[in-house]
Amino acid sequence: MAELFVYGIVLGCIISLGAIGITLVYGIVRMANFAHGEFMTAGAYIALLIVSVILPWLGVPDTTFGPLSFGWRMLIAFPVSMAAVAFIGIFFDRLLYKKLRLKNSNAVILAMSSLGVSFMIRMIILIITGPDYRFYRPGIMRPALQLPFGIKIRPDQIFIVALVVVLVVLLHLFLQRTKMGKAMRATADNTELALISGIDTEGIVMWTWGIGGGLAAAAGMLYGIDVQIHPGMGWNFLIPLFAAAILGGIGNMYGALVGGLVIGIAEQLSTAVLTPTYKLAVAFIIMILILFIKPEGIFGGSDK
Amino acid sequence: METGSVIGYLVSLVIMASIYGVFCLGLNIQWGYTGLFNIGIAGFFCIGAYTSAMITTPVPSGILAQYVHQLFGLNLPFVFGLLGAALMCGLVAFLIGVPTLRLSEDYLAIATLGIAETFRLIFNNERWLANGPQGLMGLPQPLHSLMGGRNYDYLYLVIVLIVVVIVYLLIEKGVRSPWGRVLRAVREDEISASASGKDVFRFKMQSLVFGSMVMGVGGALYAHYTKAISPDVFTPLYGTFIIWVMLMAGGSGNNKGALLGAYVIWGIWIGSDFLMDMLPDVIRDKGPYLRFLIVGILLEVILIYRPQGILGEEKKVSKMYN
Repeated sequence: MAELFVYGIVLGCIISLGAIGITLVYGIVRMANFAHGEFMTAGAYIALLIVSVILPWLGVPDTTFGPLSFGWRMLIAFPVSMAAVAFIGIFFDRLLYKKLRLKNSNAVILAMSSLGVSFMIRMIILIITGPDYRFYRPGIMRPALQLPFGIKIRPDQIFIVALVVVLVVLLHLFLQRTKMGKAMRATADNTELALISGIDTEGIVMWTWGIGGGLAAAAGMLYGIDVQIHPGMGWNFLIPLFAAAILGGIGNMYGALVGGLVIGIAEQLSTAVLTPTYKLAVAFIIMILILFIKPEGIFGGSDK
Repeated sequence: METGSVIGYLVSLVIMASIYGVFCLGLNIQWGYTGLFNIGIAGFFCIGAYTSAMITTPVPSGILAQYVHQLFGLNLPFVFGLLGAALMCGLVAFLIGVPTLRLSEDYLAIATLGIAETFRLIFNNERWLANGPQGLMGLPQPLHSLMGGRNYDYLYLVIVLIVVVIVYLLIEKGVRSPWGRVLRAVREDEISASASGKDVFRFKMQSLVFGSMVMGVGGALYAHYTKAISPDVFTPLYGTFIIWVMLMAGGSGNNKGALLGAYVIWGIWIGSDFLMDMLPDVIRDKGPYLRFLIVGILLEVILIYRPQGILGEEKKVSKMYN
């Protein structure tokens, strides 16, 4: 049980990264982004392209760091893939959502457009790579570390949690200390007020997509390191991501962080009694319960 | 191809397009007239198909019972299958509506998406319920004794078209009545609708349940056409996404548009399959993905350049009573 709890924290960290993006986009751009799962998939596959094609071609050696299952190649792939998916997020906003916003389209039309984007991204990945499951490094199982209480954990999983902590702290500092971060929080609180205070809300929207896309890419790559990657992985994350965002109060970044951990832990603990394929259903049921009991989420909706 | 097989092919095309037409009509009640964002159509598709299958087949007996498991089998006629499918979908819609319809539209979307994925998981994993991933086979076809064999499709086409006409007339009557006007008032402005004394939650619930019941009928029609169903049929792509594209293309808020969209998009979908056959093998292997990519692009183009669809919404909606 203690072991499942620890695995739940690892999964929860990955869900949190995605859920923070969902909640920021919902709070600032005011749309439910159904393509967020595919941002994760895109991030994972761009990293695969970098580590298995581009870097070998450039002659970067295939070494690993101590007990970890990856090395320089993956470390280089990380920021590049995050930047690429940040760009993809901004690209689709410019190409589609901005046009719809300018036409004063209903928020639901924007959400539908993002649903279209999610299928388009998935199809492009399927066209390029096919439907197979893939690993960043096939065939290498690093020995697990033995912790107290009979917990076995792989060094990779410690890395995942550590990297998520670093990313969240950076995001926290960005939102609290920088002018752009403060403007983002102001826009989330009240778009009209932000507009008349002279904040460039379209610029804020670009930053939001960039941050959301980058974090989603990181989540996708971390899931790939922990488990494996396949074209449907992001879609399977969509329900847990929204469940985490709603649990923490949609629009609230810190809520999404806690929500992600709660969902991740609940999903892993459920595998003690249920088939692991039901994880997604567990997230869904928690979400429905929250909608019944406290639809504004545990920490309320607005970004504090 | 000889003429007979061409006609046979066209008949099967029209049957499938008409079944999708039923889904579009159901979605049109929810989205077109009320503004409810249901992206879990595949879930109602799935529940409708399985419910009808289990109502119309007997419980497996003898040697078959070792290989096929299903929770119940009533061995009733086709009509009961359709009605049962509608009732079951209505019940599920009601249960989803209770927590979500008081909140903003996106919550319904996420909840319906969740229910569709959850049901697919349940039918895949629980063998005792409906035979797990193998699904159910050998579903009975109505009036098969009348006109069996190769020509049965013609008869089934007539049955499907009768159901389409009944559903169409029912919905037309509904949306042109005062009830339908309230739905559109809710869609346009919930606050003013509720200021006029209308119970917005109740009307949304009625629309959600009614639309989902129609989808259940669509699922049942599909099940008895293909005679075999398994959980992997009810994917978000074939079960939800393409239906949305059909409705948006035809014109939401217009029942004729909903049907037109189903025929046009299904025609394009099947036609593009023929085009893929002419392309080199390398591309043809990617055919289904490429076709879905094109359907996705089509949706985005419609949303930006022609959100009202081909027909657009009818303005004068009460003419039936004038």
